[in-house]
Amino acid sequence: MTQALYSRTRSTETEPVEKAGGGGGGGAAMRVIVPLQGVVQGRGGLVLGSIIPCALFYFLQFYLKRHRKGTDDQSNSNSSGQNPTARSELPGLRRNLSRGLPSPRSPRGPVSVSGRVNWIMKGADSPYYVGLRRATEDPYDELSNPNGVIQLGLAENKLSLDLVKHWLAENAEQSILRKGKELSISRIATYQPFDGLMELKVAVAGFMSQVMEKAVSFNPLQVVLTAGATPAIEILSFCLADAGNAFLVPTPYYPSLDRDIKWRTGVEIIHVPCRSAGNFNLSIAALDRAFDQAKKRGLKVRGILISNPSNPVGNLLSRDTLYSLLDFAREKNIHIVSNELLAGSTHGNEEFMSMAELLHLDDLDRKRVHIVYGLSKDLSLTGFRVGVIYSHNEEVLAAAKKLARFSSISAPTQCLLISMLSDAKFVQTLISISRERLQRMYAQFVAGLKKLGIECIKSSGGFYCWADMSGLIRSYSEKGELELWDKLLNIGKVNVTPGSSCHCIEPGWFGFCLTTLTEKDIPIVMDRIQKVSETCKLNR
Amino acid sequence: MRLVVPLQGVVQGRGGLIFGSLIPCALFYFLQLYLKRHRSPNSQSNPPSPSASTQNLAEMSRTSSRSNLLSRGSIGPVRISSLATSICKPNESPYYIGLDKASEDPYDRIGNPDGVIQLGLSENRLCFDLIEKWMLENLNDSIRGREGGDLSISGIASYQPLDGTMELKMAMAGFLSRIMGGAVSFEPSQIVLTAGATPAIETLCFCLADHGNAFLVPTPYYPGFDRDMRWRTGVELIPVHCRSTDNFVLSISALDQAFNQTRKHGTKIRGILLSNPANPVGNLLSREMLCDLLDFAREKNIHIISDEIFAGSIYGNEEFVSIADVVDSEDFDKSRVHIVYGLSKDLSLPGFRVGMIYSFNENVLAAARKLTRFSSISAPTQRLLVSMLSDTRFIEEYMVTNKKRIRNMRDLFVAGLEGLGIRCADSSAGLYCWADMSKLIPSYGEKGELELWDKLLNVAKINMTPGSACHCIEPGWFRCCFTTLDKEDIPVVMERIRKVADTRTSRS
Repeated sequence: MTQALYSRTRSTETEPVEKAGGGGGGGAAMRVIVPLQGVVQGRGGLVLGSIIPCALFYFLQFYLKRHRKGTDDQSNSNSSGQNPTARSELPGLRRNLSRGLPSPRSPRGPVSVSGRVNWIMKGADSPYYVGLRRATEDPYDELSNPNGVIQLGLAENKLSLDLVKHWLAENAEQSILRKGKELSISRIATYQPFDGLMELKVAVAGFMSQVMEKAVSFNPLQVVLTAGATPAIEILSFCLADAGNAFLVPTPYYPSLDRDIKWRTGVEIIHVPCRSAGNFNLSIAALDRAFDQAKKRGLKVRGILISNPSNPVGNLLSRDTLYSLLDFAREKNIHIVSNELLAGSTHGNEEFMSMAELLHLDDLDRKRVHIVYGLSKDLSLTGFRVGVIYSHNEEVLAAAKKLARFSSISAPTQCLLISMLSDAKFVQTLISISRERLQRMYAQFVAGLKKLGIECIKSSGGFYCWADMSGLIRSYSEKGELELWDKLLNIGKVNVTPGSSCHCIEPGWFGFCLTTLTEKDIPIVMDRIQKVSETCKLNR
Repeated sequence: MRLVVPLQGVVQGRGGLIFGSLIPCALFYFLQLYLKRHRSPNSQSNPPSPSASTQNLAEMSRTSSRSNLLSRGSIGPVRISSLATSICKPNESPYYIGLDKASEDPYDRIGNPDGVIQLGLSENRLCFDLIEKWMLENLNDSIRGREGGDLSISGIASYQPLDGTMELKMAMAGFLSRIMGGAVSFEPSQIVLTAGATPAIETLCFCLADHGNAFLVPTPYYPGFDRDMRWRTGVELIPVHCRSTDNFVLSISALDQAFNQTRKHGTKIRGILLSNPANPVGNLLSREMLCDLLDFAREKNIHIISDEIFAGSIYGNEEFVSIADVVDSEDFDKSRVHIVYGLSKDLSLPGFRVGMIYSFNENVLAAARKLTRFSSISAPTQRLLVSMLSDTRFIEEYMVTNKKRIRNMRDLFVAGLEGLGIRCADSSAGLYCWADMSKLIPSYGEKGELELWDKLLNVAKINMTPGSACHCIEPGWFRCCFTTLDKEDIPVVMERIRKVADTRTSRS
């Protein structure tokens, strides 16, 4: 029916043009005009004359909307407008299906799982995950497995584990079992607030401002704790966007973000390409272009997701960029999610500036900024699974607190962390020592690569070197890049992250995570890379 | 007449058709836009003043471009998702209101004797002494790892498998079959561990059903299911009513009826969600009933999720039968059976947030493993539990003592209620009893039930879960959890209930 209406609308619209062209075909088209003209001139003409075209236009809109929704079916939008149509379409289909249902005697094939699971399982693992798996199955060890794969793909910080270990050995029992001197088992065994103990929120807020060198103070009441930064990002996506909406994300971005955001929420990611010519810095013009393109595709953009220090490139967003981002978000009335997971892991001279520093501004702006943090990078406690949502938006906080029931932190871990983070001396030592070690590792690694003729982007934070190996790839394309990645993994036995896994727009860039190494591993890594690069040069 | 003129004039003139349709179309379109914009901020807490929106509307028709409008900015607060909008409001269900109230002003015999007594939270505090003793003896060793050395620190601090370490899965499998009396053995590779049973249920829901699909759930059911199953997955729960005349035992005919009715509405049913032992009633599903359910599921080609989180908290003489036992011993299609378990109830460690999915379906397991990235258990906790669950002597002692203490508490509590003329449904498991207080409600209906609940909470200062929060079809039933109490508290509770009962009888 809508189809018919649609074609009628179309002919109404095109008719006059034909007429103006040369009245030849007018006879056939007249039929369409007649009812409208007749109606307008007659009685009550005004009402009908406006209602008919309105209705036609409305159906056209409706038709277009349905047509568009049909194509991206995995984004099962729950917008109320769409539901009745979906319902009215289904009965016929349902009846057929039910007839096909097995009678008790003839069990039909296996019971089906949900469509979204099929979608999750269908996507082949990207090289990022393939490499991670290879490196876990056959890990390099200096003594026991010298031919194993060296892991440079997992953003994990092992540089300061000795300090953490030392602290745990001394304090674990005390901090889990006792509050002060008193034994308190009910503190860890019973139900606790899903969004984290208040004491831990206070400790985390303190730690965050310590990491950010006291430039900002964080209010513990605006903190929601989750079991890792991954669920923190997912919960924010659930809170800020509906299925079928989109976030703008500057590329290259870290590979698992696709899983974190898209899998269960049905939110889409719109890439905002950054280029090597601009040192992979974000430009507002590119953001604007991506926004307009998304809108043309009919996607509603609900926010920008940035990582600062950026992961994997490692550069910091300047004060100016942060302000223009905020302006942009204000102009478009969208959110900003700032992932500051690496805030304490800076190694350059440049100073890190948190999005939170801008928020003394007006209320509307504060409500659109949300910060994600976690203890897995700066405190190198990945296994503890502690993530943080920090927001000024009360509604988002209230919703996130309720959603934390699906991902809360185990109470013994919380108690352990309360004591650890409250131990100011330990925290201060840990931060400064790990920063120093990171700095040294970074300098050595970059120098090593440079000797092989591989240049890295100048970066100031994070665990990665973002290296330009486009000189070594056979064809300047994703295919060439993946060939080199494959060679590095299988011949060189080094697992690195190819730029294409991070959706980098230029081929030939690779991320090397250097914090899982010790200093004496660096020559071995360089040696292996050199071998691969020599075969590459020979093949040319 | 003034309004008629432009349109009529335009229609009769050249190009009249275009304008004649465009103008009303545009007006209608803007009206729609206006309504839409006007509606959405309204559902948030701070609607913009109407004058501002009319101003925007005027602006809009002049420029007639949406992007222009947006770039002008200052259009009120930034929008949040519809999910967040619907859940950020304060709790409405009496279940959560009561829980909040009781945690704000908790009863304490000495510190706060006028506080609210918590009978709404199914938490077991009867055996904390045993756990405390174990922790004191073993905590240090278990966290550090027995060998010490480098291996053990990176085992806690660095990335672990998101679906749980193999050691803990093995320990859990052993613990589970011990709890079920050794009748079933569980395969560690079919276990996926999550941060609590809540995410375990949600993850299964994501794996088994799509947005708009439904699960059949026998009522009365645990009030949290409404959040766990529905919020983020968009799945619906269809109640299948059980009645007091059958002692709230599920009947297949009721299930069939609900199935057919739902299908008529055009909703696709993907499974049945059972809790066995049932929460809040506390009865068990018999082996025959489980077989019937499996037949039903095969006939309709749907899944079964069996929430067996109270499997070890049995105090009756009836024997608990896990659905895993039934599919093992008879020839049923295993791939549609999924079990949810957790350590919050039987080991009384809800603060640890440890849940698990046990499934026979490879696809579901693979997907669930991937989804655990959103809810994995912290490594120190995992390590602690590996030692605790592997300490068979401790577990054996704990289980025997725990069952005995639950039974004692239950006997005392039920006897107390009977003294007030309140009868409980027959039950053999759980940390609660399901009490018929319909004699105390002022009117036989949900309203009357909630009035009584309110009186209990605000006058008598006792938080119980009303049946309506569990979607019970008969008014007047209440769930009381007794495992958070001390024996000395029981007379206090009974005294408080008696006062409410007396005001009722004196009035009538």
